[in-house]
Amino acid sequence: MSAIAFWGAVELGLIYGFVALGVFLAFRVLDFPDLTVDGSFPLGAAAAAVAITAGWDPWLACLLAAVGGALCGLVTAFLNVRFGILNLLASILTMIALFSVNLRIMGRPNMAVLNRETVVTPFYDLGLPDHLVRPAVLAVLVLATVLLLARFLASDFGLAMRAAGANARMAQANGVNVGRQIYCGMALSNALTGLGGALFAQIAGFADVTSGVGTIVVGLAAVIVGETLFRTRIMLVALLSVVIGSVVYRIAVQLALSADLLFLKASDLNLVTAVLVTLALILPKLRARRKAVQ
Amino acid sequence: MISVQDLHVTFNPGTPLERRAVNGIDLTLQEGEFATVIGSNGAGKSTLLAAIAGDVAVERGRIEIGGRDVTRQAPARRAARVARVFQDPLAGSCAALSIEENLALAAMRGARRGLASALNAGRRALLRERVAELGLNLEDRMGDRMGLLSGGQRQALALVMATLAGAEVLLLDEHTAALDPGMAEFVVELTQRLVKAHGLTTLMVTHSMRQALDLGTRTVMLHEGRIVLDITGERRSSMDVDDLVAMFRKVRGGEELDDDSLRIG
Repeated sequence: MSAIAFWGAVELGLIYGFVALGVFLAFRVLDFPDLTVDGSFPLGAAAAAVAITAGWDPWLACLLAAVGGALCGLVTAFLNVRFGILNLLASILTMIALFSVNLRIMGRPNMAVLNRETVVTPFYDLGLPDHLVRPAVLAVLVLATVLLLARFLASDFGLAMRAAGANARMAQANGVNVGRQIYCGMALSNALTGLGGALFAQIAGFADVTSGVGTIVVGLAAVIVGETLFRTRIMLVALLSVVIGSVVYRIAVQLALSADLLFLKASDLNLVTAVLVTLALILPKLRARRKAVQ
Repeated sequence: MISVQDLHVTFNPGTPLERRAVNGIDLTLQEGEFATVIGSNGAGKSTLLAAIAGDVAVERGRIEIGGRDVTRQAPARRAARVARVFQDPLAGSCAALSIEENLALAAMRGARRGLASALNAGRRALLRERVAELGLNLEDRMGDRMGLLSGGQRQALALVMATLAGAEVLLLDEHTAALDPGMAEFVVELTQRLVKAHGLTTLMVTHSMRQALDLGTRTVMLHEGRIVLDITGERRSSMDVDDLVAMFRKVRGGEELDDDSLRIG
């Protein structure tokens, strides 16, 4: 694997770090299996691509994508909280609907965002090689997000959200409006995913309606890899590990694909993903069994 | 103060599974009054508590807490004035959160939860102090996951959590039933101490006739969703467990007579 390929993998891992944080929030904090991200990621990309093409400031385009993502999360939460539709099903409905919405937003299945001002462009003048500038900018952004998120989850409101996910009955008995927490959590989760989509569009240089397929698996892979690498109770470390998990996952995929011995092609990506996620799921169990035997 | 008027709760109304759990209960507890509730399975004890807490929808009747009508109020809003401890020690706290996080959550019951840090130094010290009062040596384990504690320890902490945010009413649903005898005794003592210290209007469901007479100042017996016995004062203090059991039998026997008379009629 070349240095360029390595830093490319890191870059992609950091972009999907936002998705992983969103997935962590939905799956781990709220205990809400949410597939909306398969729709809110390309929505963020589409919104940002259209906005930037229309001459918007790239940061404003990111904000727009985050707000769009939040709305997607609210729709899923609304279906679940207001009408009692099973959480997984509610998210699938939103995801399916978003495919059409994203086509509407762009007016076509994909669009290029080339030679436009992006959030990274101003930093190319700093003297670092381009393939390092992108991961550096992304790392700063994702770290800032991790810090904000950790602070949020340590607040009274964040604690209520964690309780709503961990023990809804207890949360309610302590005056937590569980429904409202699901609205807020889902909005925040998908806002992060939308933001990831916006960054993807700017850095990859395109937005595509099909780019959302499997977002949830990648996000979940990052969460699981992160949790396997660092088993911790400290929220800040847990959030960081999720981002690191995302990067490690991308590097692992890149390694698998570039190892000539394995005869793998780029089209084997989904198979490799499935195998890696399965391994990450099995590993803790094997470890526990070995411990039990001892 | 709790005031329940003509309360009716029916589960699955209009279906073959229809069940009248509470069938016309009138009960008023003065401020600071501590009543125990007994009754056989399905008598409506837990449903009465759940209705007061807002967990089940009321079919007919009115519930007031501290003079305010809360019949249609959402449980989360009612929680500002109603604290609860459940029978299942695992139900009253979050296993995945630390002891102090659980307590911090309970300390904000009824208050507006903002973005301020949930565990600032001041609150930490306060929570630690309250836990130290238990004498269970848990004050040095404030960062431990709640899931690491025993059922009794969790139930004791659930009682502390219930009294952190200044509730008016405490609802206890057989909160010692799942504990070993030693720990149950400890939790009973703690209950008495905290109820007294905070002047809580308390309704405690129990299966133990001993507890029903020893705790509080009033004993209420439910049967088939109605109050069949309500004793207080001298009549109660002159009663022993055998008397209460005899009454319990009589109530259940009476039911059979009723059935017979219905058949004859």
